[in-house]
Amino acid sequence: MQASVYYLSISHPNTTFRSNIRFFGLQQEDLRIHSVSQLNKRESQRIRIVSRKSCLQKRLVSVSASALENGGPPKSFDYDLVIIGAGVGGHGAALHAVEKGLKTAIVEGDVVGGTCVNRGCVPSKALLAVSGRMRELQNEHHMKALGLQVAAAGYDRQAVADHANNLASKIRNNLTNSMRALGVDILTGFGTILGPQKVKYGKVGFPDNVITAKDIIIATGSVPFVPKGIEVDGKTVITSDHALKLEVVPDWIAIVGSGYIGLEFSDVYTALGSEVTFIEALDLLMPGFDPEIGKLAQRVLINPRKIDYHTGVFATKIAPAKDGKPVIIELTDAKTKEPKDTLEVDAALIATGRAPFTKDLGLENINVETHRGFVPIDERMRVIDANGNLVPHLYCIGDANGKMMLAHAASAQGISVVEQVTGRDHVLNHLSIPAACFTHPEISMVGLTEPQAKEKAEKEGFEISIAKTSFKANTKALAENEGEGLAKLIYRPDSGEILGVHIFGMHAADLIHEASNAIALGTRVQDIKFAVHAHPTLSEVLDELFKSAKINASVTEPVRGPVAV
Amino acid sequence: MSSLLQSRTPSLSFSSSLCSTPVIRPSAFFLKPRSGSRIPVVRAKIREIFMPALSSTMTEGKIVSWIKSEGDVLSKGESVVVVESDKADMDVETFYDGILAAIVVNEGETAPVGTAIGILAETEDEISEAKAKATSQSSSAPSPSAPNVEESSPASKVDAPSPAVAAAPAPTSAPSTPGKVVATPYAKKLAKQHKVDIGKLVGTGPFGRITPEDVEKAAGIKPAPKSNVAVPAASAAPAAVPPKAPASFPEIPGSTVVPFTTMQAAVSKNMVESLSVPTFRVGYPIATDALDALYEKVKPKGVTMTALLAKATAMALAQHPVVNATCKDGKSFTYNSSINIAVAVAINGGLITPVLQDADKLDLYLLSQKWKELVEKARAKQLQPNEYNSGTFTLSNLGMFGVDRFDAILPPGQGAIMAVGASKPTVIADKDGFFSVKNKMLVNVTADHRIIYGADLAAFLQTFSKIIENPESLTM
Repeated sequence: MQASVYYLSISHPNTTFRSNIRFFGLQQEDLRIHSVSQLNKRESQRIRIVSRKSCLQKRLVSVSASALENGGPPKSFDYDLVIIGAGVGGHGAALHAVEKGLKTAIVEGDVVGGTCVNRGCVPSKALLAVSGRMRELQNEHHMKALGLQVAAAGYDRQAVADHANNLASKIRNNLTNSMRALGVDILTGFGTILGPQKVKYGKVGFPDNVITAKDIIIATGSVPFVPKGIEVDGKTVITSDHALKLEVVPDWIAIVGSGYIGLEFSDVYTALGSEVTFIEALDLLMPGFDPEIGKLAQRVLINPRKIDYHTGVFATKIAPAKDGKPVIIELTDAKTKEPKDTLEVDAALIATGRAPFTKDLGLENINVETHRGFVPIDERMRVIDANGNLVPHLYCIGDANGKMMLAHAASAQGISVVEQVTGRDHVLNHLSIPAACFTHPEISMVGLTEPQAKEKAEKEGFEISIAKTSFKANTKALAENEGEGLAKLIYRPDSGEILGVHIFGMHAADLIHEASNAIALGTRVQDIKFAVHAHPTLSEVLDELFKSAKINASVTEPVRGPVAV
Repeated sequence: MSSLLQSRTPSLSFSSSLCSTPVIRPSAFFLKPRSGSRIPVVRAKIREIFMPALSSTMTEGKIVSWIKSEGDVLSKGESVVVVESDKADMDVETFYDGILAAIVVNEGETAPVGTAIGILAETEDEISEAKAKATSQSSSAPSPSAPNVEESSPASKVDAPSPAVAAAPAPTSAPSTPGKVVATPYAKKLAKQHKVDIGKLVGTGPFGRITPEDVEKAAGIKPAPKSNVAVPAASAAPAAVPPKAPASFPEIPGSTVVPFTTMQAAVSKNMVESLSVPTFRVGYPIATDALDALYEKVKPKGVTMTALLAKATAMALAQHPVVNATCKDGKSFTYNSSINIAVAVAINGGLITPVLQDADKLDLYLLSQKWKELVEKARAKQLQPNEYNSGTFTLSNLGMFGVDRFDAILPPGQGAIMAVGASKPTVIADKDGFFSVKNKMLVNVTADHRIIYGADLAAFLQTFSKIIENPESLTM
């Protein structure tokens, strides 16, 4: 999209100079040196450059909109914006920065795409796509109900692993190409902050490069968190990094942690024939989810599958399999701290969350102290130093700040930062950021859970109501023979404000966006209930959900009158 | 019903939609007259409220909450109680007017489908009678409900979020004592389902753990074929389920049970698997005087009898490729491009088959050297998988123990195996009637008759015997 706009304006030499600046800008010096009379010449030059695409990125460097304003001391920076870390967060920020006309560079010490693309959401979706189909093909009852006959389904582990790996490299290339095409400089090497507005980067064994930037975004992400006492050998005791390579499908695997990562892997492993034992430190499985959704999810995703679990226990020691012994896991009671049990399994996956990757980032050079590794920030992602003051021109987005450890949240935070540095104040509403767990069926949510909403209601003195609809009454879901599922709306009956939506059911992850967009845009239940949904689609589950809510307030914005066509 | 409309019933939607999906109701009615339903007119009715079957798979239900309290007047269609099934929480309503006289199964408790969970009286006068009935229900008839509640507490470990229950499920086991019962998650589930005491089972899985198959065996169920796992190449053989003998052997007091080691378990698995292959056997006597003479000559150069036999076998196989073939799917021959001779070796309590790869191409001395290395590695348990599972033909020699003949089981994934007996002086009568004493050994080949026929083996053995009887070619 960006690229097409770019070329479009070039192919029209009549376009005004001003708009050209916005689209591809000029070097700051150019603007000052070249007189108006020279501009036409520049213009034609520029068109010639376009024909030599390779030069494009080097020559057509842009400048920030604010720098165009006259009067300010012409400070010279190599870049308007430097982003440390080319994960999904950095990528989202870079794309938006280009759109805003910033000269942007992104520093990446590992691979473009970061955790999400290479060791997270993306390859795991490939594995889950396989597990979903396996599950379906193995469900004789389901197949029979649809009138299908399928002989014993099997899989080739290596081919499944290759699918995940190929997907990751494809998406990685897409990300790289999208940034290159827009003229984002991809600087390879480990980025370190040297001081205010100054970044050093370089590969080990090569001389470092130092660049300056008007604004810097830290987007270094996170790595799997491994609690102490657990020895990860990458073969029998693994993290998600290893599991995504699917080098083995163990007969019996213990998964430590029953959050998103653990749940998704339990879906993959059980579909591929493993048995799973969950180890959860809290008293409940799936502690992050709305309790009602969690309960239902447990009925569907855990109880009927080859899964058992130990709750309220810590895995205090995990030793990899060796010398003919299995993986041995010592469980300790989370409350009494007494040893409780020992498990012997074939493998253990550590899914106890993720730790920020902020080491050696040079934060000490600007007097910033991390909290458990997280970079402290305010609501505008501005970094706060050890004295509680804002560090000018320095922002931190994504897993590194720990506010909401989701790829798309990082990207949204990045876009928010770019908005701010280009002169528009912007505060991201994190309650409008949806989250999804890609089990079969999927779980998705946005906003508050019921207990959170209740707490807030009590504190602020308002009422909340709950509405629910089932996938069992949805035509499309029944056609697919996937009637298992529930959508739940938490709202204020007095104002119609949507506080939270939780969905468990087929394609829940795709369905949540109607709700998250409504929250982001401030749309009220009494308004959105008039929106029309195609029939028969799964989206009608939400349609019914909104319609079943009882609002005391009247429609805030009258529905527009009929339009003649 | 308004409460139903608002919330509480996740699996039901009551909102009206344009497409009129039939609304499924919980199989709501579960009240039945207590007694004498034939003469309903005479007595005022006291009805029992039964645990409903809310799904086809539901066997027991848990009372989430009683919406009505004892003494509340109920009218037809009102929700009375919320029941948690294996699938969902559901409101259950009454089809009769009356008074909730007594609650038999309290909130949080579990009862099997069909047992009384409450008593409904038609009029106030009957409340006391109903109450008496309720107490007798819960005290005198503890058989169906009370123990069930108890029994299902490990089950409610699965269902109930209450920390008290969740904290208690771990079997009383001293950590990491050798006597600890280890069962896989699915094995535990099956054991509960089929009421099998897992503590009494002997695990056959890796590290002696109890597998789902063990539980199924104990429950007398034929294990379902494991279709989903793409098994390693070895068992790419037909997916026939090995017939497993029911595990009901009489117990002999004082016996000790020693679980298989991994290696032993693998041997066991392979042996059972071999039953799905139709095999036959062909024996052949071979004079070994010339071979023995050669052996004496080359022995000082480090050549072993195993190497000699392997080399001779490989040379014979080169001329009879079908004996070196494999039947992988029951439909085709798979001709192996190399001749890899696996040689069975006993190794403290186990059995392993190091493989002499390309035995036809290596010379006798290299082969001997290679064999020495393999045996050392096998002892140190350092064999790489391709060093013990790449065989295309197996050689098993018990001659050194004085065994004169035996019969080998064909390992899965191979076409034939040769059992070699001891070479012994034997009186032989030649065609002119002269007697002489010559060394003879008996070899016995077991082969997969789907691909290797009698004549194939006979021809192969003939070639093999010629090589053994004129062994000079072995040293070339």
